[in-house]
Amino acid sequence: MQDEIYTIEETMPINPVESYLRMDRMPHIWCSGCGIGTTVNCFGRALETSGLDLDKVSIVSGIGCTGRVAGYLNLDSFHTTHGRPIPFATGLKLANPELKVVVYSGDGDLLAIGGNHFIHAARRNLDMTIICVNNFIYGMTGGQVAPTTPISATATTAPHGNFEQPFNLPYLAESCGAVYVARWTAYHVRHLTKAMKEALGKKGFSFIEVLAPCPTLYSRRNKLGDGLDQMMFYKENSEIKHGVDTKTVSLDFQGKIIVGKFVDRERPEYLELMNKHYQKKFGDKYTPYKG
Amino acid sequence: MKADPKGVLTGSHFLDGDHACSEGAIAAGCRFVAGYPITPSTEVVERIAERFPLVGGVFIQMEDEIASSIAIQGAVWGGKKAMTVTSGPGFSLMMEHIGLAAMTETPCVFINVQRAGPSTGLPTQPAQGDMMQARWGSHGDYGIIALCPNSPQESFDLTIKAFNLSEQYRVPVLLMLDECVGHMTERVVIPNADEIEAYPRRFYNGPKEDYLPFKPDADLVPPIIKAGDGYRIHVTGLTHNEKGYPVMSPAAQAKLIPRLVNKIRLNADKIIEYREDQVEGADVVVVSYGITSRVAIPAIEQARKEGIKVGHLRLIVVWPFPEKKIKELAGKIKSFVVPEINLGQMVLEVERNAYGKVPVKLVPHAGGTVHNPKDIYNAIISSLKGE
Repeated sequence: MQDEIYTIEETMPINPVESYLRMDRMPHIWCSGCGIGTTVNCFGRALETSGLDLDKVSIVSGIGCTGRVAGYLNLDSFHTTHGRPIPFATGLKLANPELKVVVYSGDGDLLAIGGNHFIHAARRNLDMTIICVNNFIYGMTGGQVAPTTPISATATTAPHGNFEQPFNLPYLAESCGAVYVARWTAYHVRHLTKAMKEALGKKGFSFIEVLAPCPTLYSRRNKLGDGLDQMMFYKENSEIKHGVDTKTVSLDFQGKIIVGKFVDRERPEYLELMNKHYQKKFGDKYTPYKG
Repeated sequence: MKADPKGVLTGSHFLDGDHACSEGAIAAGCRFVAGYPITPSTEVVERIAERFPLVGGVFIQMEDEIASSIAIQGAVWGGKKAMTVTSGPGFSLMMEHIGLAAMTETPCVFINVQRAGPSTGLPTQPAQGDMMQARWGSHGDYGIIALCPNSPQESFDLTIKAFNLSEQYRVPVLLMLDECVGHMTERVVIPNADEIEAYPRRFYNGPKEDYLPFKPDADLVPPIIKAGDGYRIHVTGLTHNEKGYPVMSPAAQAKLIPRLVNKIRLNADKIIEYREDQVEGADVVVVSYGITSRVAIPAIEQARKEGIKVGHLRLIVVWPFPEKKIKELAGKIKSFVVPEINLGQMVLEVERNAYGKVPVKLVPHAGGTVHNPKDIYNAIISSLKGE
């Protein structure tokens, strides 16, 4: 019987992505049932299999619940201002092109206050991966309407229901020039991990939208149950359609969710274009820019 | 450390203040510029865009000034010296990121070629109306440094100084030109690279495991690293501890924010620079900066011809303000005269430091052009009469 007495340390399961996290910052601030942590777990696993030198991976976040991701990842991490992680990442990447730069932020941060930067970075095809956790609401500030809130869903600033047309993020990203566009939910952990790995390996502006439950502010207010209920909803209502026209993937309130890898194409990225252009213009006088 | 000779256009040139600023940035080692077109500052980025490809720099015209003012901070953490360039409306948009740079101790330079405001104001005409905004425009408490050139030569020289101070104190440094200095063309002498001081970034060089990104040296400034060096730093605009981790407490706030203010306040004597002309023994001292310092000269000379003892104190570093100098003069002279192209900004600092000991006479101007020297002359005369 003596053998059956274990210390806690010996029995506590080790999270396989612990080495990618700043464990000295745990516990994190996310609510139970929130989907952001799940996406971070997937990201850790994607990093693990990516073959990247993690000293050369930088993560940049804006403000909000997802904006806190940068602070929990054991990478060079930058928690910037609301809506501006993409222009920060632009400077970081152009200053040191050997860095793999990942922007990890929420729908409000990236597409409302930061929408202008999003479309221009995609247009320029800057070499960065954008992971947008879409929980349909402003979580950190207490549940306000977002540019992703579905029509008829309620929020504290749309108490009678939202009537504004939300963004179809994959369509927006594709039309602005993104070379990789995918959507998954926090339920699709294997698909999401694979997509993150693919996006990390893609040269140019790659974009992943991840639908994630916000049980505290979105689900409860809209009577959608808890985090687990939302995960069940994702499971039962998602349809995988790789390569489908992004025009057709807009989201309705509790409607069908089209997920998959929608776009995977080649386009020269910003610095490649810049170097080619100046080499043509200046010939031998130009030293290709490497940082 | 001396400047990298690459790109230093040693020689005598005929340049406007905006172009001289571009050359100053290149000589200072700036290799990343993000900007957005706005009169009267655009010539700075136009010249940078022309020159950068062959000096190994990256210029990017961003989608707005908000983006420009944070792209430069990304570039700094990527290892570059970086600046952005703007004028009034764009400067207003950049305020949040001046605060971010102060909070994260990101050394970078903001060029503001001032035009008359508020709002769109007089886009092609001068003012000095952003002086208080430069000091206080972002929310919360923090310290910055601001410089005011009065000629194209000084625009070149002070751009270099702005970079050097930003590196030395890890603060945003603001170069506050005005439209006149920006568009005035004069001789600019660019020295040899080995005669130009370029303050090197204060990179940490101790053992990696001991590094605390926000643990200050004795002068209150922490050494820095760059992304990709394996330190796995965290940088946040939230109140943070020496490790860079967010700490949401009054105690953390009380430790960090006074240091951000004090690293300028307690080093002010080393940072402050001004020029004195016959200030010793003067009865009246004209305190001026930027283009107004040149417009004041005929007024001062006229008064001197009439036997009045007029001194001229020209501010080069405007923030931190030379409080000690004003306090010292307030005990000796009869009056201060402060001409500025605004309705009373830096005069408030002169008044505060004169502390009621002597009259302080503002010579205001709403902007659009420079003062008539006669107005400054009249102020010198009337200030002596106690008017």
